[in-house]
Amino acid sequence: MSLAQDQEQKPDTVKQLDHRYEGIAKVTGKARYAAEFSDPFSKADLVYAFLVQSTIPSGSVKSIDATVATRAPGVISVITPFNAPKLAQGPPQPPARRNLSLLQDASISYNGQPIAVVVAKSLNEAKAAAAMLKIVYTPQPAKLKWEKRLDEARWPKNPGKEPAGNHRGDIHAAFAQAAVTIDNTYITPIQFHNPMETHATIAWWQGDKLTVYDATQYISGVKMSLAKSLNIPVDNVRVIDPLVGGGFGSKGSMWSHVPLCAMAAKVANRPVKLVLDREQMFGLVGARPSTISHIRLAAAQDGTLLGIQHDNVMNVSVLEDFVEHAEGPAKSLYQSGASSVTAKVVEANLGISTFMRAPGEAPGTAVLEIALDELAEKLKMDPIELRLKNYAETDPSHEGRPWSSKHLRECYSQGAEKFGWSARNTVPGQRSDGKWLVGHGMATATYPANRSAAQAIVRLLPGGRMFVASGTQDLGTGTYTIMAQQAAAGLGLDPKMVEVKLGDSTLPKAPVSGGSQSSASVLPAIQDATTQLKLKLIDLAINDAASPLHGLQAADCDVKSGRLISKSQPGKSDGLVELIARNKNQPVEAQGQAEPSEAKDSMSTQSWGAVFAEVGVDRYTGMVKVRRVVGVYDVGVLLNEKTGLNQLMGGMTWGISFATHEHGIVDAATGRIVNGNLAEYHVPVNADVGVLDASVIGIPDLKFNPIGSRGIGEIGITGTAAAIANAIYNATGKRIRQYPITPDKLLMS
Amino acid sequence: MKSFAYSRASSNSEALQAVRTRGASFLAGGTNLIDLMKYRVEQPAALVDINHLALAEIKRTEDGGLSIGAMARNSDLANHPLVRANYPLLSQALLSGASPQLRNMASTGGNLMQRTRCYYFTDVSFSACNKRNPGSGCAALEGYNRIHAILGQTDKGAANGETCIAVHPSDMCVAMAALQAKVGVEGRGGKRTIPFAEFHRLPGSDPSRDTTLREGELITSVTLPPARFAKNAFYLKARDRNSYAFALISVAAGLDLDGSTIRSAGLAVGGVAHKPWRVAEAEQSLAGKSATAENFAHAADLLLHGAHGYEHNRFKIELAKQSVVRALTVAAHGTSEVA
Amino acid sequence: MSTHIDKPSLNASSENAREGLPDNVGQDDHASRSGEHLCASARTEPDAEQLEEFKELERHGLLSELSRRRFVQASSALAASLAFGMPSPVEAQEAPHTQTITLQVNGQPQTLSLDTRTSLLDALREYMDLTGAKKGCDHGQCGACTVLIDGHRVNSCLTLAFAAEGARITTIEGLARTPDPKAIEDLSAVQAAFLVHDGYQCGYCTPGQIISATAAIDEQRKGDLSIVSWHNGQSDRPELTDDEIRERMSGNICRCGAYPNIVAAVRAASKGASA
Repeated sequence: MSLAQDQEQKPDTVKQLDHRYEGIAKVTGKARYAAEFSDPFSKADLVYAFLVQSTIPSGSVKSIDATVATRAPGVISVITPFNAPKLAQGPPQPPARRNLSLLQDASISYNGQPIAVVVAKSLNEAKAAAAMLKIVYTPQPAKLKWEKRLDEARWPKNPGKEPAGNHRGDIHAAFAQAAVTIDNTYITPIQFHNPMETHATIAWWQGDKLTVYDATQYISGVKMSLAKSLNIPVDNVRVIDPLVGGGFGSKGSMWSHVPLCAMAAKVANRPVKLVLDREQMFGLVGARPSTISHIRLAAAQDGTLLGIQHDNVMNVSVLEDFVEHAEGPAKSLYQSGASSVTAKVVEANLGISTFMRAPGEAPGTAVLEIALDELAEKLKMDPIELRLKNYAETDPSHEGRPWSSKHLRECYSQGAEKFGWSARNTVPGQRSDGKWLVGHGMATATYPANRSAAQAIVRLLPGGRMFVASGTQDLGTGTYTIMAQQAAAGLGLDPKMVEVKLGDSTLPKAPVSGGSQSSASVLPAIQDATTQLKLKLIDLAINDAASPLHGLQAADCDVKSGRLISKSQPGKSDGLVELIARNKNQPVEAQGQAEPSEAKDSMSTQSWGAVFAEVGVDRYTGMVKVRRVVGVYDVGVLLNEKTGLNQLMGGMTWGISFATHEHGIVDAATGRIVNGNLAEYHVPVNADVGVLDASVIGIPDLKFNPIGSRGIGEIGITGTAAAIANAIYNATGKRIRQYPITPDKLLMS
Repeated sequence: MKSFAYSRASSNSEALQAVRTRGASFLAGGTNLIDLMKYRVEQPAALVDINHLALAEIKRTEDGGLSIGAMARNSDLANHPLVRANYPLLSQALLSGASPQLRNMASTGGNLMQRTRCYYFTDVSFSACNKRNPGSGCAALEGYNRIHAILGQTDKGAANGETCIAVHPSDMCVAMAALQAKVGVEGRGGKRTIPFAEFHRLPGSDPSRDTTLREGELITSVTLPPARFAKNAFYLKARDRNSYAFALISVAAGLDLDGSTIRSAGLAVGGVAHKPWRVAEAEQSLAGKSATAENFAHAADLLLHGAHGYEHNRFKIELAKQSVVRALTVAAHGTSEVA
Repeated sequence: MSTHIDKPSLNASSENAREGLPDNVGQDDHASRSGEHLCASARTEPDAEQLEEFKELERHGLLSELSRRRFVQASSALAASLAFGMPSPVEAQEAPHTQTITLQVNGQPQTLSLDTRTSLLDALREYMDLTGAKKGCDHGQCGACTVLIDGHRVNSCLTLAFAAEGARITTIEGLARTPDPKAIEDLSAVQAAFLVHDGYQCGYCTPGQIISATAAIDEQRKGDLSIVSWHNGQSDRPELTDDEIRERMSGNICRCGAYPNIVAAVRAASKGASA
């Protein structure tokens, strides 16, 4: 597809809000998150549940003596595997496809698994009583130290979105012909999502109807999964979450504490609040698994990639397989003569793994893009030139089918220009600034563009105001803001006139806010709804004797800039405010829906980017400071400049975190996460993040969806980690192939 | 958290009386005690709030040193004009620690009483911790020991009831050690002064005890001798984040220079032992010598002599040596990294 | 939490243990409690399992004199109290100390009856319905709970409510120019700057960031140093450079990664501008 073609099909102009729709609520502390509601139930009735977790990795709970705890002040009930209500649990449902621990049996599969719930009048009382439980375990030998048991690697039972093995061309021949090869092993660690808002639920029953406030990326998913877990009709469950305090994947599934909270509310016969402690965020709500990648590259002397081989092994829980497809990018990021990728798993008594910001692509690009850098160095080629040499014009992983839109070349060139790539020193360890060794590196970013079916409802209200609603979520992603913009654009109104509602499962259904798909799914549904609304308004006007448009053909009418107009008679128009006023101030409502087009299987939809990093490495301590990062992304149009670039920079910050900070450490003897808190599990603080420069190419992808926009939630993390790792190499001459790159590794290598 | 009785003391004597209740503890800034109470590592039956005692004064002593009230907050101490002017090492160490919020809360006395960040100490689910549960063994020795001790530790094997490889986490105390502070305490038996080097202890055969403070004693002040390192001092902190992280290694280095000749030096290392690590011989090796990289490296070797690492923390030996040389080198030029 | 590791046994089944226990605790609180009481009151000794655990631990030398004393005291006292149907000393020890407290929040005194264990953060959030200050870690590791006490920024999660009695407490709800802010003009300079510069994403850390920034600007104005001031040789009235802002705002973690916009907001607010 040519650039010109893309640019010809611009979507309707969308007026952007100056600041976030919910901004004032957020900066004044009035914004309420799941655990912060105290209505409609009586606040005086609200009681607190605390989750008790196992302290062994494998075996079973033999007994729990709750005698003392039950008599402790304020305690209402202690629910254990031995007295919990029995549930007729159905099979776990995707995408909340989780093997939950709902106290239905006493078995233990990981250290930190829920084994009891204490309900008390106050949180202090619940926690104190939890400590009084006398728990006796029957331990079984645990599978730990998975990285020492790679010979046990097996094919995954349920590989998820992609097959676990994929082979194209003759990989052996590629290596036989290669002038230059790379053959190394790269490791990424276990990581924990840690949104600032910990997972939290308030549950209450009115007869057989259950309502929950729940911190979730997927209200409809929680609704379905709760109904399934508790064996109640899905229509009896309502899930509310108007604002999510971050998710990053951990809130994409419903975890055990949600049905346990509902169970506690049933047992206690009161509204129950269950908020996970920060320490409880390390295990029972998912993690990104560690990956060990064996990567081999075969290239001709001119840089042409003859073969890419990526064999990925990761840890999985003994409870269920989750595959982190780190090998994914090796299939399609570059054109190569042959490719061979595999993903295998080794079982361990650890918490269940799950999707975490850019699952697959985050670790995948973090390792593959180091290998590319190593290859470029061996070939004495500029890293960008090597990537251009092997530019995938079509999708190599799908028999060369076309991309819906791809402008990665522009990302490389604009990024290099902004960053000043040409001025870098190509020889490692040659540039310094005081104590800092300074280095530069780059990498390619990529993430699939996804969308799903979604529904929305819009209303034109008296006074030129509008209402739009969809059962989606806002995790800080700007959903409120862009929904208001999209609704307003449909009638040419000011987005400030729009009221938005989301985060309630009684609203029209929308997909999980994960996989960078929310806006790409929900906005087309709003667009469809406003189109329906327009038709209704036109119909109303042409049948309204008092309207200047009375009697016109519907096809002759349109809505522009908040007015109904006649296309053939430019002078004739009717105001939307007047129309509704004449309609006895009755709002006009329309519903809309959208789903991926039929054409989706004939093309590949993917976002792209180029990331450039400058780091300083303290020559005495090995401390790394990321001084600046430039990221240029091809993500279609950006729906709101402020929130969009902010989100991309957030992803880049996660890349910094991936490269230099995050590392979930498992105690080899007990399987406990030893650094399970925010003091020891490091995520970046403000001082760790230098100047970030995010921008987009901005060419709409109208083959992907009618608004021309692909998701931006995850691409920012991809590529950034490797750009930093490559910059660290450029600064120090030390090639670290195990994340995170911390002072000890730099010092000892 | 276990339930406790709360009372406020309005005088030292009232505080000393109140803390005689069984299981009572003093509550100062609370940044470490409340933290550990939430983790159920500390379970006092009563808290005696000493935040309202008249112990926050920072003033010059008769001999030209500095007296710091035990309740002086870390942020106030770091920014006090006399500290900035005469004890930049202390100001730097304080400002390297924790966060602005925590420094506003944390007191001087409380900082001395900070307990280790050893994962196996702070998580009560680990049964083996000789510090928390005397005689139970040491889970860190064969566990994840990246942040642990390389000097002065007790290592008799993981199952032994005396083994402890925990480190003291304070930044302030490392500077205090290099500055040879004295700790003023008050107890039932009256007042006494403890030289800084004797305040914190090595685990020895009883890792449960961090300090030589006696039961019921209240820290009232910390006194610094007249300033020697006002012009040449540097606190270096190597850590995994650029702020708000505990030290992997920290170095407090002060030099009293006569031209390029060192009259005397103050040198202590944090993140390596159960207490701020100071070796008089290392300091003395610099006296009368010129401020050169070779002399600094020699001092570093003396300071790190006998260091022994474990599976995950061997890097600390090299990191400490490099950091000592670097900190002394910066100190030889002034109080900042700006050349 | 007292835990006990049983010897591994291939045929040990959790099913055995389930027998004899009510299927659904809490359906009838009193019934299940009195049921336990009937069982327990027959005991005058620590139960067999406790003793077994005790002996087992002792065999391995894992019980210190201290914990042994505690164990003996607790178990015998427990048995005695159960026998007489009296509240046990164990309970008495855990019984909450509830006292009356008056907290001065955003200029308003509020009198409450609180458990002494209550953190200022929980007092605000759970008992005063001021949910602006957030619980992110509850251990002083993230800064989401930051409030001002007598004008100084502190972590309210590590501050006992009782220790804050008598002090002036300012939360995010008390920062705006008007009591019910609806428009940008109603906001404090820092709040407005965060709004204009999009200095947040999910918003959960935002109240803490804004309180912290408000204090950071004050601290810089009165000449306070940071470690960056020292490192850069600016140990006398340092300017609020971007590096200074980054260091001074490092006590507030933003997992969404809105740091560049937070720095921009603080920079603007420090210059008295929102934009």
